[in-house]
Amino acid sequence: MSYYFTILSPTDVPLFNLAFGTSKSGGDGIARFRFPDTAQYMNQFIIHSSLDIVEEAQWMNSNMYLKHIDTYPPASSYISAFLTPSGARFLLLHQPPQLPSTTDRTGSGGTGTGSSSLLASSFSGGVGSTRASSSSVAANPTSPQTEEAVRQFMTEVYENYVKTVMSPFYRQGMEIKSPVFRGKVSAAGRKWL
Amino acid sequence: MSHPARHSSMLSLSNSASNLSSSSDKQLSSTQIPTAPPASPGLRVPSNRKTIYDRHLNRSRNGESSRASFAFLFAEMVTYAQRRVTGIQDLEKRLNEQGYPLGLRLLDLLFYRTMSSSSSSSLSSSSTSSSPPHRPLRILPLLHLIHGPLWRLLFTRSADALEHSVSPDTPNEYMITDNDPLVNTYISVPKEMSMLNCAAFVAGIIEGVCDGCGFETKVTAHNQPTEMWPGRTIFLVRFGESVMEREKVLERAGVK
Repeated sequence: MSYYFTILSPTDVPLFNLAFGTSKSGGDGIARFRFPDTAQYMNQFIIHSSLDIVEEAQWMNSNMYLKHIDTYPPASSYISAFLTPSGARFLLLHQPPQLPSTTDRTGSGGTGTGSSSLLASSFSGGVGSTRASSSSVAANPTSPQTEEAVRQFMTEVYENYVKTVMSPFYRQGMEIKSPVFRGKVSAAGRKWL
Repeated sequence: MSHPARHSSMLSLSNSASNLSSSSDKQLSSTQIPTAPPASPGLRVPSNRKTIYDRHLNRSRNGESSRASFAFLFAEMVTYAQRRVTGIQDLEKRLNEQGYPLGLRLLDLLFYRTMSSSSSSSLSSSSTSSSPPHRPLRILPLLHLIHGPLWRLLFTRSADALEHSVSPDTPNEYMITDNDPLVNTYISVPKEMSMLNCAAFVAGIIEGVCDGCGFETKVTAHNQPTEMWPGRTIFLVRFGESVMEREKVLERAGVK
């Protein structure tokens, strides 16, 4: 499973980005998206396109963790959202790994075959087979276990976010540049996802 | 600023190149030291190796700052805001602006603290999904949040009253009353400025909290002395049009 995590300010300014892979069940923590390395902006496209749904859901659901809110089937990307009370949005895009036969080829760095098999895998039931294969956190994006793991991850990031916000040198809407924060977020990713 | 200085020292270095090489080396290293920190990727951490991310947010939960130091700091803040102001309204506006960012922060801190305390208590009750705090979606929960938890966080007691405007012309006005605001305890307002209420700072905090939750508001502080409470202050919360519209939509949708 590959993850793309982003924090957006209440006025849609990106404050923080991080791409990482799963560390559970033998993952090495390196993100392997289905896009070639030159098309990583697709993640940002997909994640930002879910903002409309976040803004719709935020007034219907008073929880901070809004769970899985959006799916982009062509890239089998699943998006979970977490809202801080002060209006910042934490969005996590997760993309299950491709079928085992194709991961061997594309695993070494998402080459050109990644984009061509992108459509094929989604239409030929790539999502369905991964869902059936196991219920572990790493493979099934909509299982309750995954929701719980994402919730734990978001809560931990929220704690660090509050610490950032409480810093007198931080003003709302500023990009979060602290390498310690980045380290803490990737540690949370290793721990829960 | 540092560039010309470095160049001149480089020049002097090249001029005095015939000097002892050891002394020029020393000079080189001494000129490079000031430019080293921005170039080095390393992070500068405090001597005890603890960054703000290593400290627990609940550590200072029950800690209270002394009233004397708060009074001193707040008096300084008022003096600072008073510089080059054109009038009382301007001064109150500045105090309001000082409080606003504080409100945004307190909101996150408040939720974090209620969340962590509820999750630690839920460990014993074996249910992990037991109510994390809810973001306020409607006006009343938001005002209750300000009246209760926020006031307790700031002043260790709840506010004294929460009222809705009775006038049909102004359904968007709410009032939060504090009989004896802590911020005004040691502020004595001169007679010619009797309209001034330094609790405008607290009004700014309230405004920050409302804005953070997505409720566009204007909050002002007004003196309303009674015989029993000479320092009674009313915070007038005026919600914007967009909030009232959304309130109607949410009411129809049955959102609490």
